[in-house]
Amino acid sequence: MKILVAIKRVVDYNVRVQVKPDGSGVATDGVKMSINPFDEIAIEEALRIKEQGKAEEVVVVTIGSNDSQQQLRTAMAMGADRAILVETDTAVQPLQAAQVLLKVIEQEQPGLVITGKQAIDDDNNQTPQMLATLWNRPQATFASKVEFVEGNKISVTREVDAGLETIQVELPAVVSTDLRLNEPRFVKLPDIMKAKRKPLEVKAIADLVPAPKGQAIEVLKHEAPQPRQKGVMVETVDELLEILKDKGLVS
Amino acid sequence: MSKVLILAEHNGTKINQSTAKVLTAAKQLKADTIDVVLFGNDSGLATQVAALAGVNAVKYVQCNDNHDQLAASIAPTIADLGKDYSHIFGPSTTFGKDVMPRVAALLEVNQLSDVMEIIDANTFKRPIYAGNAIITVKTDTPQIVATVRTASFAADKSTDGSASVTESTLSTAAEHTTFVELSTGNSDRPDLQTASKVISGGRGVGSEENFQIVYDLADKIGAATGASRAAVDAGYVPNDMQVGQTGKIIAPDLYMCFGISGAIQHLTGIKDAGTIVAINKDGDAPIFEVADVGLVGDLFKIIPEMMEKL
Repeated sequence: MKILVAIKRVVDYNVRVQVKPDGSGVATDGVKMSINPFDEIAIEEALRIKEQGKAEEVVVVTIGSNDSQQQLRTAMAMGADRAILVETDTAVQPLQAAQVLLKVIEQEQPGLVITGKQAIDDDNNQTPQMLATLWNRPQATFASKVEFVEGNKISVTREVDAGLETIQVELPAVVSTDLRLNEPRFVKLPDIMKAKRKPLEVKAIADLVPAPKGQAIEVLKHEAPQPRQKGVMVETVDELLEILKDKGLVS
Repeated sequence: MSKVLILAEHNGTKINQSTAKVLTAAKQLKADTIDVVLFGNDSGLATQVAALAGVNAVKYVQCNDNHDQLAASIAPTIADLGKDYSHIFGPSTTFGKDVMPRVAALLEVNQLSDVMEIIDANTFKRPIYAGNAIITVKTDTPQIVATVRTASFAADKSTDGSASVTESTLSTAAEHTTFVELSTGNSDRPDLQTASKVISGGRGVGSEENFQIVYDLADKIGAATGASRAAVDAGYVPNDMQVGQTGKIIAPDLYMCFGISGAIQHLTGIKDAGTIVAINKDGDAPIFEVADVGLVGDLFKIIPEMMEKL
């Protein structure tokens, strides 16, 4: 079986982004870029499945600018066998991303697709579900555990508001990862060297999906969130309780 | 001329409060019609929804098994019904996040995720970058599919509604997906998502056993309990207690946290809280930048003192 992992290059999660003064976007010049953390977990999960002997190949794909090659190389340094960059210089919204990924699926015929549940830039949380829909295959979102069971099925534990839900889905399927699925490995220097020799194929987005369906949502402006009013520091429990009692929050 | 279809959420016996919050958002569209679609196997659920004022019709879709919670099973029916509506809204809960993008894909539109403010029927605000930026977005597709950020809208409290109820049977159940089980924390405490008071703990609490004093204080004041990602990752508490970007986004009147440093991802989950109280032994912790009331000190001394004085 082949596993396809879809990743995205995003502003590193440690960076506190700033909205540009003219409201046209967030400042990303000179900002550290990384693999979306949820996608890094997806790569790790695919590698572990391969290491258990349940998959032969891990292919990583991204849609983005040429700079995204860095993130694909990192994924290959982690252990992915090869990479595909679907190149575009414009932002791609989830429905278009899902259509592009579907084309890659048609070419690659993976038995399992794993991707992060959301990208931490747009926080959309849509692409995996849309991809599963267009592919007409099951989805197991927000996964915290993936196990192979009899036949051609996986059992997936999902992090849901009420607790942990377990479902079984037939393969091929789309799994989207949550934070506690695994802890991604660190990349070692020799692996970075080795990754440079692994195949990285670049495709133009227009060659895959010349006329994407669906209208993009128009972004009119960006603004900084309303800051909370600066609060007060108290020295004692008595002072704290007095404030809370005044506000009617405790009795 | 907006016509809204809302996807109701429930736990099998009770309608989740997220439904009433989405209703509040739908009413802000100044809609001509608001209908609700409900998947389940207890017609009492439909009666609960019908009592919400402003709901015109409840479309109750009977599911004979666990398919009522499976996105792949219910999305085709929602999308099919949705063709008669201008807006299809679901809650931005794990249930809504799972199913609504499937509905959007079937209708060939992008989804608006986490709508936090409605400007008009086509213009909305939503957070990106864990709430570090807010974008104003516009779309004029024939159907607008959105998840509504429940912390941004108060629950509709009306009980004098008289919506009609129509019943049908689910015909789109997926064969390829099977529900196995749901394990929940089974706590007697108030629900974290809807509680008016929340007491939470972070890595500073130190262990699963130590969390007992956090629970004790919560029980003393009738609060729900929450936690930071660090506390969940460390195994001190179950995942359903996590508050933050990837956990629950909450808006209680009182949020009191102990031993939480205040990572940006956590703050995202609480910024709509009424009053934030932070207790941490590190006076430089970022949580104090957003706290309405801060107290630097040892939670293991402060909680017992609070217990005694409350």
